Amino acid sequence: MIAKMRKHEFWSGVRDEAPILLGVVPFGLLFGALAISAHISSPAAQAMSSIIFAGASQLIAAQLVGAGTSGLVILMVVFVVNLRHALYSASVAPHVRHLGTAWKLLLSYLLTDEAYAVTITHYNREGDAPDRHWYFLGAGLTLWSAWQASTAVGIFIGAQIPANWPLGFVLPLTFIALVVPALKDRAGVAAALVAGLVGLLATNFPYKTGLLVAALIGIVTGLLIEGRQK
Amino acid sequence: MNIWIIMAIGGLLTFGTRLSFIFLLDRIRVPDWFRRGLRFVPVAVLSAIILPELTSPNGTLFLSWRNPQLLAGLVAILVAWKTKNVFLTILAGMAALVVFQLALGL
Repeated sequence: MIAKMRKHEFWSGVRDEAPILLGVVPFGLLFGALAISAHISSPAAQAMSSIIFAGASQLIAAQLVGAGTSGLVILMVVFVVNLRHALYSASVAPHVRHLGTAWKLLLSYLLTDEAYAVTITHYNREGDAPDRHWYFLGAGLTLWSAWQASTAVGIFIGAQIPANWPLGFVLPLTFIALVVPALKDRAGVAAALVAGLVGLLATNFPYKTGLLVAALIGIVTGLLIEGRQK
Repeated sequence: MNIWIIMAIGGLLTFGTRLSFIFLLDRIRVPDWFRRGLRFVPVAVLSAIILPELTSPNGTLFLSWRNPQLLAGLVAILVAWKTKNVFLTILAGMAALVVFQLALGL
């Protein structure tokens, strides 16, 4: 009975995740191809998809490695781009609090945008149950497999891309794709605009500190405006 | 820094972020302003990178309709707003860049 319930949850997760793969596979192909054009070796590019396992940040890391950016700056950008996962973590935490450490580690590793999206919808619709996390596992593993496979194919394709394509522009485009849908209210828009303008004025600050100053002023602006709206 | 070291640390940072609240929920209380501030971090940092990339593609400010990066960026912003899809945004932005570069004879 229990085994049947688990199997049912697991395969429901696999099934609900499947349509999302249509959007994920081209992205994996793009990452594999970009990593190769940034002169990252095939084993390293493939390993990045399982070690970091976060699409947008991998794309950005590959671009920055190709541009010869310093390791510390790359790590800071990867960390910041993936900071939204802390919000997902906070959101699923009450649903998995009854699980042991091994499960928590495994599900945290699988907590991507796409796995989170279907899993939290399932929790909200069906409510909590002792075996509900098998759904999370099914969705997460489905996405993981598709990501590894599409990276591999992308690496293979990447070797065929001409060197003079303006691939560097993928970087600001990826950022735009992440920022614009996150601008849901005045506070968010204000944080983005202020940070952008200060960033523009502070481009000549040493050691990329202009970026930090701009981000801090933007964050404080967002918090202040949100506070005033309440 | 070696690419493998960047990956190892980057992987740990990402995993730690995903584990954070799942692990800490019953252990510590996070101040409210901190949790609210988290939401603005990516938006602020990424905007501070995006805007100079679009307005000053070669390092100096170039606010003009003859700046293909700026025009393609505006197209991408529109597509991102309408579709909320990362891949479509990249595709549309790249296509727009190529078209504008050709149209402006660059």
